[in-house]
Amino acid sequence: MAGEAIAEGLFTWPSEQPQLIGGRCGACDAVSFPRRHGCPRCGSVAVTEQLLGREGTLWTWTSQGFAPKEPFNGTLTVGAETLPWFVGLVEIPGELRVEALLVGVTAETIEIGMPMHLVVVPWRVDEEGREVVTFAFAPGAAEQAVEDSGGVAAGA
Amino acid sequence: MEGWQQVPDVAIIGVGLHPFGRYPGKSALTMGAEAARLALADAGLAWPDVDFAVGGSFEIDQPDSVVAEVGLTGLPFTNVYNGCATAGSALALAAQQIRLGEHRIGLVLGLDKHETGAFTADPTDYACPEWYGEMGLFLTTKFFGMKINRYMHDHGITHQTLARVAAKAYANGAINPSAFRRKALTEEEILGSRMLNHPLTHYMFCSPDEGAAAVVVCDAAIAHQYSDSPVYLRSVVTRTRRYGAFEVHTPSAALEHVPAPTVEAARAAYEAAGIGPEDVQIAQLQDTDAGNEVMHMAEVGLCADGEQNELIAAGATTITGALPVNTDGGLIANGEPVGASGLRQVHELVTQMRGRAGDRQVPTTPRVGLAQLYGAPGVAAVSILTT
Ligand SMILES: [Zn+2]
Repeated sequence: MAGEAIAEGLFTWPSEQPQLIGGRCGACDAVSFPRRHGCPRCGSVAVTEQLLGREGTLWTWTSQGFAPKEPFNGTLTVGAETLPWFVGLVEIPGELRVEALLVGVTAETIEIGMPMHLVVVPWRVDEEGREVVTFAFAPGAAEQAVEDSGGVAAGA
Repeated sequence: MEGWQQVPDVAIIGVGLHPFGRYPGKSALTMGAEAARLALADAGLAWPDVDFAVGGSFEIDQPDSVVAEVGLTGLPFTNVYNGCATAGSALALAAQQIRLGEHRIGLVLGLDKHETGAFTADPTDYACPEWYGEMGLFLTTKFFGMKINRYMHDHGITHQTLARVAAKAYANGAINPSAFRRKALTEEEILGSRMLNHPLTHYMFCSPDEGAAAVVVCDAAIAHQYSDSPVYLRSVVTRTRRYGAFEVHTPSAALEHVPAPTVEAARAAYEAAGIGPEDVQIAQLQDTDAGNEVMHMAEVGLCADGEQNELIAAGATTITGALPVNTDGGLIANGEPVGASGLRQVHELVTQMRGRAGDRQVPTTPRVGLAQLYGAPGVAAVSILTT
C-alpha cells in the first residue's frame, strides 16, 4: 500500500512490516510512545529510538458512536460514514500499552484479551490528492499482517 | 480524638449557586456575579467585607472581571484554572491563604459557559501529538468508555449498575429545583439510548453547559460572627497523575500500574482531616458519566472494587440510602460548567449538612461530607467537610 504517513516519526513507512516508533530511556529503561524528548517515567533526556513490537493483546476497548469534532479528519477507514468504529488499548508484551484505532472487529467479535497486530490503513485524501495513511491494530498475529492490511485497505 | 472533633481552621459561611443549564444571551460573568451575591447574602456579608477572592473558569480568562458587577474594591483576586479540578484548586488556594493568616474572609467563585457537545481543544496544549487529534483519539468520552469497560471486565460491574447510577441522577435532578435535567428516566430508557462509547450510552453522560457557584470562606475562629451553621473545610487536596496510572489524553500507558490521582488525593485528604472513609456520610463525586461515579466510589475509598453492583442495587447511594452520592443529581443532571462544577458540589454538601435541601434532604442530616473532582489530563481534587 502506498500513501503518506499521517505524521513523521510515528511509524516506519513505507514498510512491509511497519513498526511504531517509540523511545527507550537510557536512565531507567522505560519504553514510551510516541517518542518524546524526556522520559515520562524519570524525566531523563537520554531517550533513544525504540521500534515497538508489532503484536499484542487487547487490554480494553470502546466504540466510537459519534464523529469527533476537529481536528479529527478521517474519511477512509473511519469517518462520519462508518460510525461506530472501535478504539482500544493494545498491550505490547514487555513494552507498554498503545492506544489505537481497531480495524477488522465488530461489536460481536471484539473481546478483551484477543491477539492483535499492527497494520497501516488508509486515512484520508489530502488537499493535494495524496492518500494519507495511519496505524491501527487488527485481530490476529503479525504473520498475517501483509495480507490483512491489504484486505483492510481494499475494503475501506 | 477524632479528626473532626479537632479545632477547625477554615469555615464555609455562605454558598450561592446560579443554576446550571442553558442561558442564551447571558454571560458567564453575569451568572458569576449572581452566584457571588447569593453567597454573600447567605453569609450576611457585603462585598467590601471580603478580603480576597479566587476565581476559576475554563472559558473566561479573567474571572476577576466580575468586580465590574459586584464592586471595584481593590481586593486581591487570583484566577486559577486546573481543568475539571479547577474548583478544588481555587478552594485549596483560598484555604491556604486563611491558614497562613494572610486574610480572614474570602470568596471562591467558579463560572463558565460552554458550547454544546463534547469538549474539544488543541491536543498539543495537552502534550499530545497532532495526529492524536486528527485520528479522533483526543476525546475524554472515549477514554471513559475504555476505563469503565476494563473495570467491568476486572470487577464484574454490570450494564444494569451503570443504568441505575444514571437513573438515580435523573431522579435526584427531578426533585432539585436548580437542576438542568429535571425529568426522571427509567433504566430501560437509559440503556436503550444511543451508544456513544461502549458501554456508555447517551443518557449515561453529562454534558457541558453554563452556570456559576460561589462559596464564602473565613477563618473558623470568627465563623460564628457570621453564621449559626458554619460548615468546616477540613482538607482539600489536589493531585496529578503518576507514571503508570491509566489516564485521559495519553497515547500510551505503562505496563506497571499505580492508582489514579483521585486515590492519592483522597488518601491525603483523609489524612489531613484525620477522618476515614468510614466516617463519610454523604459524597459528591465526579460523574462525568455513570461509569465514573462507580469507579470513583472505590477510588475515594467508600467501597471496595466490585462492591458497587450490590450497594447500588440495594439503593445505598440514593438520598435515603446508607451513603447518599450526588444528591443534587451530580454532573449528569446538572451538566458541567467546568470552573463552577466543584463549587456546586460544595454548595450541595453545605446545603445538606445544614439540613436545608428540601425535597432532596438526606433524612439524617450528614455531619461529614466528601467532594471529588477528576478531569483531563489526569488531575483530581478531594475535599472533606464537617459540621
Ligand atoms: Zn527514564
